[in-house]
Amino acid sequence: MIAVVDYDAGNVKSVEKAIEKLGAKHILTSDPEEIRKADAVILPGVGNFGDCVNKLSERGLDSVLKEYAASGKPFLGICVGLQLLFDESEESPGVKGLGILPGKIKRFPSSDELKVPQIGWNDIIESKGRLLDGIDKGTYFYFVHSYYLECEDPSIVTSKTEYGVTYDSSVESGNVFATQFHPEKSSDAGLKVLSNFLKIAGEV
Amino acid sequence: MLTKRIIPCLDVKDGRVVKGINFLNLRDAGDPAESAAAYDAQGADEVVFLDITASADSRDTQLSWVRDVASTLFIPFTVGGGIRTTDDFKAILREGADKIAVNSAALMNPDLISEAAMKFGSQCVVVAMDAKRIEGTDRWTVYKNGGRVDMNMDAVEWAIKAEKLGAGEILLTSMDADGTKAGYDLELTKAIASSVNIPVIASGGAGKLEDFYTAVEAGASAVLAASLFHYKELTIREVKEYMKERGISVRL
Repeated sequence: MIAVVDYDAGNVKSVEKAIEKLGAKHILTSDPEEIRKADAVILPGVGNFGDCVNKLSERGLDSVLKEYAASGKPFLGICVGLQLLFDESEESPGVKGLGILPGKIKRFPSSDELKVPQIGWNDIIESKGRLLDGIDKGTYFYFVHSYYLECEDPSIVTSKTEYGVTYDSSVESGNVFATQFHPEKSSDAGLKVLSNFLKIAGEV
Repeated sequence: MLTKRIIPCLDVKDGRVVKGINFLNLRDAGDPAESAAAYDAQGADEVVFLDITASADSRDTQLSWVRDVASTLFIPFTVGGGIRTTDDFKAILREGADKIAVNSAALMNPDLISEAAMKFGSQCVVVAMDAKRIEGTDRWTVYKNGGRVDMNMDAVEWAIKAEKLGAGEILLTSMDADGTKAGYDLELTKAIASSVNIPVIASGGAGKLEDFYTAVEAGASAVLAASLFHYKELTIREVKEYMKERGISVRL
């Protein structure tokens, strides 16, 4: 059973639909006990970093998710769900992220040439790791974000993407996985990524 | 590299796609989910649905087809038409839509943009505007109620205001170009795209391959077309290949 973390952070439905499409079972929950018991956890999300941190801590989920990630069971963060795994974000100065992985979230440089947020399909200029198994570099994924990851540990970065800067667009550390892009909105390539995660989790 | 998006637009009435789409060889040519999936298979980067249902009690129908689309379409989709409140936003987003387009309701109540952006994030708030040139000038005003009522409001100023209020994208339709197949209104596209820092989707007037290219050159982040794709005068793939040959980054 996959637990999709429900913390009122938007676009959860599309993640659920994609899991259903791939034939796995899930529950949408904010109950710490159900999350602890789950075979794998997905932390989706769209929204403001600080708001999301607050929503998680209001529900007592911050410590639960840290525990879960440390347990070695498969964990996938998507979009803001990736950003939350790191230490801090320029979007919400002074707010601490979950700090499960080392790095910070920075704002795209503003210029006339660069529309912010980045909205649309961009490619990954490298591709490695188990989550991206079978995905070639140059594959396009759907992105929507104004802030990007600068990871402090290059060894856990599994893809990079260019938008004004070259940034880290997915990471993998043990059984903790995260993507800045939305696999659930990235057509066949995205479904392949989710299917890889479900396989790692033993759910399909 | 971020690609330029090609977006087919489907008109939905009472839960059925209107306009001929027989070319798709669907079992049911009028089904929104099947039509959308066919466009996904052709390489569409996202899909916009405009619900043109006139009746006020059609929300349940709308929620039902949005739910069906969300079960089969794994690319982003936008729903527009008749959305007036953040409760409407919530209901449609909850069924799996990714973005909501607002037009007249935002003109009548600009706070809707900021309230929705606050609640659901700017990324799902698309401000659709219908703009028409003031004859003999390089200015455009925006219209409400499907282009029937001139708001006497400058289009560039409205776009800037929409961005400030929290819109994540602007869906810009030229009323002068719409339906002419003479190409997008490049001056309008340029005027709006250069005034805001959010993506502008150009709409209205596409008739040939070159039109998509020139709209992007004028500053559009995405180009939208309806009948051209419905009647298969061009396929999404043809448009993308043409753009790629001309050095525009597209997802192929």
